[in-house]
Amino acid sequence: MSAFELTLVLGGGSLVAGFLGALTGLGGGVVIVPLLTLGLGVDIRYAIGASLVSVIATSSGAASAYVREGFSNIRIGMLLEIATSIGALCGAYLAGIVSTRAIGITFGAVLLYSAFQSIRPPRETPCEEDRPGGLATFFKLHGSFPAPGGPKRYCVEHVPAGFGLMFGAGTLSGLLGIGSGALKVVAMDRVMRIPFKVSATTSNFMIGVTAAASAGVYFNRGYIDPALAMPVMLGVLVGSLTGTRFLVAARTRHLRVIFAGVILILAVEMIYNAAGGRL
Amino acid sequence: MARQAWSDQRMETIIANLLRAGVMLAAALVAAGGALFLARHGGEPVDRHVFRAEPADLRSLGGVLGGVAALHGRDIIQLGLLALIATPIARVAFAVFGFARERDRMYVTIALIVLTVLLFSLTVGRA
Repeated sequence: MSAFELTLVLGGGSLVAGFLGALTGLGGGVVIVPLLTLGLGVDIRYAIGASLVSVIATSSGAASAYVREGFSNIRIGMLLEIATSIGALCGAYLAGIVSTRAIGITFGAVLLYSAFQSIRPPRETPCEEDRPGGLATFFKLHGSFPAPGGPKRYCVEHVPAGFGLMFGAGTLSGLLGIGSGALKVVAMDRVMRIPFKVSATTSNFMIGVTAAASAGVYFNRGYIDPALAMPVMLGVLVGSLTGTRFLVAARTRHLRVIFAGVILILAVEMIYNAAGGRL
Repeated sequence: MARQAWSDQRMETIIANLLRAGVMLAAALVAAGGALFLARHGGEPVDRHVFRAEPADLRSLGGVLGGVAALHGRDIIQLGLLALIATPIARVAFAVFGFARERDRMYVTIALIVLTVLLFSLTVGRA
């Protein structure tokens, strides 16, 4: 395949990856890695490099819109980034010690379960103006986001459990070399009871930081190939900026279905790769 | 005279603009480098089935800058990608400053912890 054809094929696939990544808070790796490895027969290390580029481009491109519009909660993002970034360090350290194969299969199973869970909306919890005490209040995490009928308030719950899960998400990303947007969204949506649009856009805001830490290292090791990364970055960016417009107007129910579908695919990929020893 | 503390909204606007500027700069460099690369090598086959680490001039800042000076498309792409990688890190660094202007000490500390871990993992990973 010539460089020109490769650019067109990858650019097209990356448009889809960026669109889905921005909607779900996952980044574009779910689409980019199989497209490169299974579709084009590219070595997995180049695919990981390109995937990290796609995650940063989706995250930064989409977050610029989500933060401006008041969807992403930057305090939640910053607080949880402590857990994900320390987790990622631990994961990188553990990478040589534990079996990534077993972890990959476990992670896949967790994602399968989450896919079915996340279709159902969680029970609505009332959120009064003055909620007494609690860690979420201490850390000023409660917020509001734009909804059709004007700004909608929400309260954050179960901060320690969410923080712990984020640590796990960070560890997995350090271990497996993947962005762990899926676990981030699940932790915020299911455990911390943050509205889905806020969970997805805050995850989207966070994944760029996790990916940037790894990308610097992978750049140095020569995993980032310009001929592959160029169409990926440009395609993903256009796709993610389109995705942000869609999310703002979309019904949460539809977003949940898209999210569940994408993590279902991710779960299958994860188990397939782990079982085949490709992790 | 004490300066007025920033509001959350002001900080969000600046963070949004910072992210957009970083991404757009990166995209402009990648697109320019990509156009040069395709104009010169667009017809050549690309084979990435087997991993060979990128040559030194494409994986270190010094090497990339040398290639950019010589107007090599691939190096200009890499420079754009480095700008892209730097964008989220710059966002965290700015958050330290922004929370300080909001006089929010707790979040200055939180942002500093994140920045420290981030810089630590970038330097340790290099070894």
